[in-house]
Amino acid sequence: MTQAQLQETANIPALLDEPGIRKWQDFFGFQTDHKVIGIQYLVTSFIFYCIGGVMADLVRTELRTPEVDFVTPEVYNSLFTLHATIMIFLWIVPTGAGFANYLIPLMIGAKDMAFPRLNAVAFWMIPPAGVLLIASLAVGDAPDAGWTSYPPLSLVTGQVGQGIWIMSVLLLGTSSILGSINFLVTLLKMRIPSMDIHKMPLFCWAMFATSSLVLVSTPVLAAGLILLSFDLIAGTTFFNPTGGGDPVVYQHMFWFYSHPAVYIMILPFFGAISEIIPIHSRKPIFGYKAIAYSSLAISFLGLIVWAHHMFTSGIPGWLRMFFMITTMIIAVPTGIKIFSWLATMWGGKIQLNSAMLFAIGFVGTFVIGGISGVMLAAVPFDIHVHDTYFVVAHLHYVLFGGSVLGIFAAIYHWFPKMTGRMINEFWGKVHFALTIVGLNMTFLPMHKLGLMGMNRRIAQYDPKFTTLNEICTYGSYILAISTFPFIINAIWSWLYGEKAGNNPWRALTLEWMTTSPPAIENFDQTPVLATGPYDYGLERANEGVPLSDPNPILSAGPNSVLRAEPDPAVAANPEDRK
Amino acid sequence: MKIPSSIWTLLIGIVLTLASLWYGQNHGLLPAAATDEAVLVDGLFNTMMIVSTGIFLLVEGILIYSAFKYRRRAGDNEDGPPVEGNVPLEILWTAIPAIIVIGISVYSFDVYNEIGGFDPHAIHQAPMNQESMKMSGHGSAMAATLSDTPPSTEPNLNQEKSDEAMQDPATAEVRNADQIPQLRNAPGVGSVAPTIGASPDKAGKPAQLQVNVTGLQYAWIFTYPETGITTGEMHVPIGREVEINMTANDVIHAFWVPEFRLKQDAIPGRQSNIRFTPKKAGDYVLICAELCGPYHGAMRAPVVVEPEEAFDKWVQEQLVASKETLNQAIAVNPADLSPNEFLAPYTKDMGIQPEMLHQVHH
Repeated sequence: MTQAQLQETANIPALLDEPGIRKWQDFFGFQTDHKVIGIQYLVTSFIFYCIGGVMADLVRTELRTPEVDFVTPEVYNSLFTLHATIMIFLWIVPTGAGFANYLIPLMIGAKDMAFPRLNAVAFWMIPPAGVLLIASLAVGDAPDAGWTSYPPLSLVTGQVGQGIWIMSVLLLGTSSILGSINFLVTLLKMRIPSMDIHKMPLFCWAMFATSSLVLVSTPVLAAGLILLSFDLIAGTTFFNPTGGGDPVVYQHMFWFYSHPAVYIMILPFFGAISEIIPIHSRKPIFGYKAIAYSSLAISFLGLIVWAHHMFTSGIPGWLRMFFMITTMIIAVPTGIKIFSWLATMWGGKIQLNSAMLFAIGFVGTFVIGGISGVMLAAVPFDIHVHDTYFVVAHLHYVLFGGSVLGIFAAIYHWFPKMTGRMINEFWGKVHFALTIVGLNMTFLPMHKLGLMGMNRRIAQYDPKFTTLNEICTYGSYILAISTFPFIINAIWSWLYGEKAGNNPWRALTLEWMTTSPPAIENFDQTPVLATGPYDYGLERANEGVPLSDPNPILSAGPNSVLRAEPDPAVAANPEDRK
Repeated sequence: MKIPSSIWTLLIGIVLTLASLWYGQNHGLLPAAATDEAVLVDGLFNTMMIVSTGIFLLVEGILIYSAFKYRRRAGDNEDGPPVEGNVPLEILWTAIPAIIVIGISVYSFDVYNEIGGFDPHAIHQAPMNQESMKMSGHGSAMAATLSDTPPSTEPNLNQEKSDEAMQDPATAEVRNADQIPQLRNAPGVGSVAPTIGASPDKAGKPAQLQVNVTGLQYAWIFTYPETGITTGEMHVPIGREVEINMTANDVIHAFWVPEFRLKQDAIPGRQSNIRFTPKKAGDYVLICAELCGPYHGAMRAPVVVEPEEAFDKWVQEQLVASKETLNQAIAVNPADLSPNEFLAPYTKDMGIQPEMLHQVHH
């Protein structure tokens, strides 16, 4: 028997005989089921992704020509401000929370989250906050000081729009904090008794790191925004130099959250990729413990790098050097993950389906964003490219090439579990091809634009940059087109796709040990870990594993210290019984 | 003939290294280097580019190779070998990136020091007196200051320029004159940001040329305190160390000349300094790099790096012109001047070419 069969057989008692079926109306109301809330998060945030994407294409259309000829400069500034705010706070962050909601209880064998009502409250803060933000366009005074909203500029542009922006981001931040408390308590308290932390799936480790980061940093942003709203509405001068305030203090408070936000946006998908690559390569994840602890290291280091966004704001030299070094060091745990994923693929039997293609695309494009990130950490070079298109290129390689490709990989991978049906592979591959071409066409030329002297957030530019900007604009249209095969494919497959079965990918983690879609309370009896979460091919351990050694510290085989082990009481492999 | 895999690895390694070395120096991604500092920054960038190209090719190469070589063959439903991880390998790929980033950090540190980032005098030399902490003048939202000294009676050149800018019909809709604190000639309010000071060999010595730069929505104003010139375009001579003292009148702006590789935010209420030595003659553009409002993209000013003689000539022209502006010129009787000559200093400030004026006359 293969490992997947062993795990499934051991978990037959956990399957519910009558799983219960959700009615479609349930997804439109206040429900406390973590799976309903998870899907509500994912669908809502995807709608906001489409709105933010339209804004991105409007911005790119303006930038197709050097002159201001498509929208007015005021509207242009509102468009990029809303684009960034929507993509960060209404798409990537809530999508991470959506997957966490759906997957964490299933992966740890729980029936629901620790606080189901709080969970629903956290979700239901998002739609009104998003609608509020977009409604500012209808009011005619959309926020236009950038998603960073640096004072004094944010204090002298439209008061109504800026007020709406602050209110909306505060609501979304609160939602994020409530969600994180829930994830942390669920992860700490609701695991099946035999699952110690070194048996948890890597997605759970990633969400543990993410949630800790949210809890520490988001309140600081909230404080900064509340002070900013006092400056805006009540006439205080916390950040206003005319009353003795200091605009740079706002920048510190803003980036104390907003740099960790980058890791809040990428860590969940590092976790998802760590699930997807081993399953579709049919090999154990390489260096489970190294990947798990590198998430924690990123989470901690992510808290002490924020001032690298302020190298040109005028902070003391030694502080610049401190933040340069901490920023550079983050490359080390990130490198551990990337090399471990490569080593997982190496020598495997890679199934090149849509989920795996997006995962490979994730590693390939994220690495470009990672490399340019190290370059940006070098203070003398950052002084040249800060606030230019080089930074725009970098952040889109990280957030689009990283997070968004990770989101799509995760959607393709867990679609059968969420809907009970397989997604169409052909259109998935079309989606992948268009996305990779569009993304590189849009963002690769931006590196050169920034280095040569094109600054960010401008509606008009030097005509010598026209050709490269045209390429970027056409690339962004390809990205817009790439979304249609995905939307149609997802809806069609959800309704008419081939039935998936409980475990179509022959995976070992516990979410695949229940029905598809999962039963209303997930499991009938407590599921068990008859195999470790990534023990693919363990039945072939006797055939000889490369680099195996009797010493667990030197070995690459099943006795390696880095492995996530099964529950010793019920382990299928006799050598794992203790 | 079967070539052993160790030979293949070696060959690939050599090709990869050569490709990285070549690309790191022939990327063509940077504009001309017009200051001494720019040359140092470019050296750092090229080094990082060599390392980056190597890592990029390595990762993408492994990804693409694995996707082809290790793809699942049709009908094969077996799992791969149970390789769970390997501590020595993990140590290897922890240590190598760590060494690389420490190397880049040390190199960056050295460049940063060379361009004057650690100049200990920079912060102390900047004017930080009580006088500079006051802000007055009309339009000021400042109610009280820490100082009781009477307001200065010197003409506030920035104020005049700012008033002129306030009349510009192009920006009428986006002005918020009542909310802008008008500052003096690039003062700080006591908070001086140490930024890029003198390079170590020039530490402790004053720069050879001072330029005060004020950013306001959406223009740059340059004043030369040694000569009293106020202008809308910056001229600097080759080979003389220039110190820029900058601040902003309304919102945050940033001083960036791509060819100088230097950028510094001009923050209202703060004074920031950078020093550099121009080295390559040419016409460049000072770009505002910090979002400052809807017309941020239009906030540009010409920067001219020119030989010493040309610079001195320009200073003389400006001195004459500015004297006339202040009605202090005694050597020339305005009545003796033709309309064009009389208007020249004013129209030049407004960016109007003599040819255009000529057309208007006729």
